[in-house]
Amino acid sequence: MRVSQKIRRIKTQENKHHHGHDVGERLYLHRHTFIHALPSHLKIVAALCFILVVVSTPVTQWGAFLAYFLWLLIVVKVAQIPFLTLFKRALIEIPFIFFAILMPFFGSGEKVQVGPLDLYREGLIAGSGIVVKGTLGVMTAIILSTTTTAREILRGLERLRLPVLMVQIASFMLRYINVVNDEMERMKVARESRGFEATGMKSWKVLATAAGALFIRSYERGERVHLSMLSRGYEGALPQEQQSKINASIWFTAMIYPLVAAIIFVAQLLIGRM
Amino acid sequence: MNTPSLEIKELAFAYPDGNQALFGVNLSVQRGERVALLGPNGAGKTTLVMHMNGIHPTSHGSVHVAGQLVDSKDKESIKVIRSKVGIVFQDPDDQLFMPTVGEDIAFGPYNMGKRGAELDAIVDEALQLVGMSEFKDRPPHHLSFGQRRRVAVATVLAMKPEILVLDEPSSNLDPASRRELADILRSLDITMVMVTHDLPYAYELCERSVILSGGIIVADGKTSEILKNDELLKANRLELPVGFSV
Repeated sequence: MRVSQKIRRIKTQENKHHHGHDVGERLYLHRHTFIHALPSHLKIVAALCFILVVVSTPVTQWGAFLAYFLWLLIVVKVAQIPFLTLFKRALIEIPFIFFAILMPFFGSGEKVQVGPLDLYREGLIAGSGIVVKGTLGVMTAIILSTTTTAREILRGLERLRLPVLMVQIASFMLRYINVVNDEMERMKVARESRGFEATGMKSWKVLATAAGALFIRSYERGERVHLSMLSRGYEGALPQEQQSKINASIWFTAMIYPLVAAIIFVAQLLIGRM
Repeated sequence: MNTPSLEIKELAFAYPDGNQALFGVNLSVQRGERVALLGPNGAGKTTLVMHMNGIHPTSHGSVHVAGQLVDSKDKESIKVIRSKVGIVFQDPDDQLFMPTVGEDIAFGPYNMGKRGAELDAIVDEALQLVGMSEFKDRPPHHLSFGQRRRVAVATVLAMKPEILVLDEPSSNLDPASRRELADILRSLDITMVMVTHDLPYAYELCERSVILSGGIIVADGKTSEILKNDELLKANRLELPVGFSV
């Protein structure tokens, strides 16, 4: 009863640089740079400070924004993030800045001619301010999320004393997003195996029912997980890792990112005064 | 005679919706015994298990673990009980909720107040017991089902329980994983209650079996004797696989 069959291997591009920590980590790019190695909570603080400096810069200081952008690109380069990845991921902000883009078209007051368009001056300034600041903020978040695993970001937030409950909820989400995703995938396969095709409005009812079923299943799983936590003596606290001391030079390295932005800000102010 | 590891007397329980699941269960498990708890779907097996560590409050009758009363109102004693009764749930994904295997195993002992090097040693020991040491830093999602089940056993062993309760330990396992788990379970020197309807598995691992059916214990004896009794099995919706005889 032996069957002889040649083994045919198919080459795939995946899993070239597999380090075993890619669950729920689709955003994370594994590289070996000092930015990747920085403690996550410092990176979070640095990113927030940078955004704070950017947001407090007056919109009219366009020179400063140009400098911020260049500086950000240098950091991206050092972190070995491909520019294409950066720009692709930055597209996520489009729904959020949609209204900002419309602002120059609707408004009142003085008008300016930009090419073939007749735009409102105030709307143009306010709108472009939102777009520019938003983009810088989103790109900073992208640097953070591509150089830090989701798990590390959560640890960082924990170290920054974010309420434990929020960190716990987020880490459970991270753990179960794959489980729920698999469940959803299985339901999809089961639907399609019975000839279902998601086309048009008629399929919405089926999809809505499936979403409802998925919700109930996840809810029940939540209850079972809670039971198993109680069974192992859960009383509201998840184990925390021991903190190692972080010396001043590491702090300083992380803070270079917002510091350079702050210097640009001050320099621009001084130039403006002259 | 020593105090039994588990002593259940006249345990009855009804769910809030009025659906009664247990109708007076009596069960005593001696230290070091391995007992299979057999029964069809809906017999009340899981409900019974939930009483063993006070997840379901005892409304009628009593449950003692190593001589200590399980009283879900007494928070301090419940904490001790839960460290003594280790439940391995059916779906390992329900049990493994931490980001990595190592952290998950540390969860129980951490709640019992273990810290630092002591905690690390406990985690390493538990992983070694189930042969999963090299998976310590892996996320559970990337393990096979059999591996996850083994880790789930380790998470409970790490709490050094008096009694290990397994809910359908062989379900969804391929034959090799099933065998590996059996070897692991046999190697443990611990009192064990195994909820299952995998009768050959019960025969292989447990000297004694009890049948729970309709919310009461209808049979209690040597596994080999119980599995020989076709009528008893049939009456309780249990069947040996085709070609299997004791």
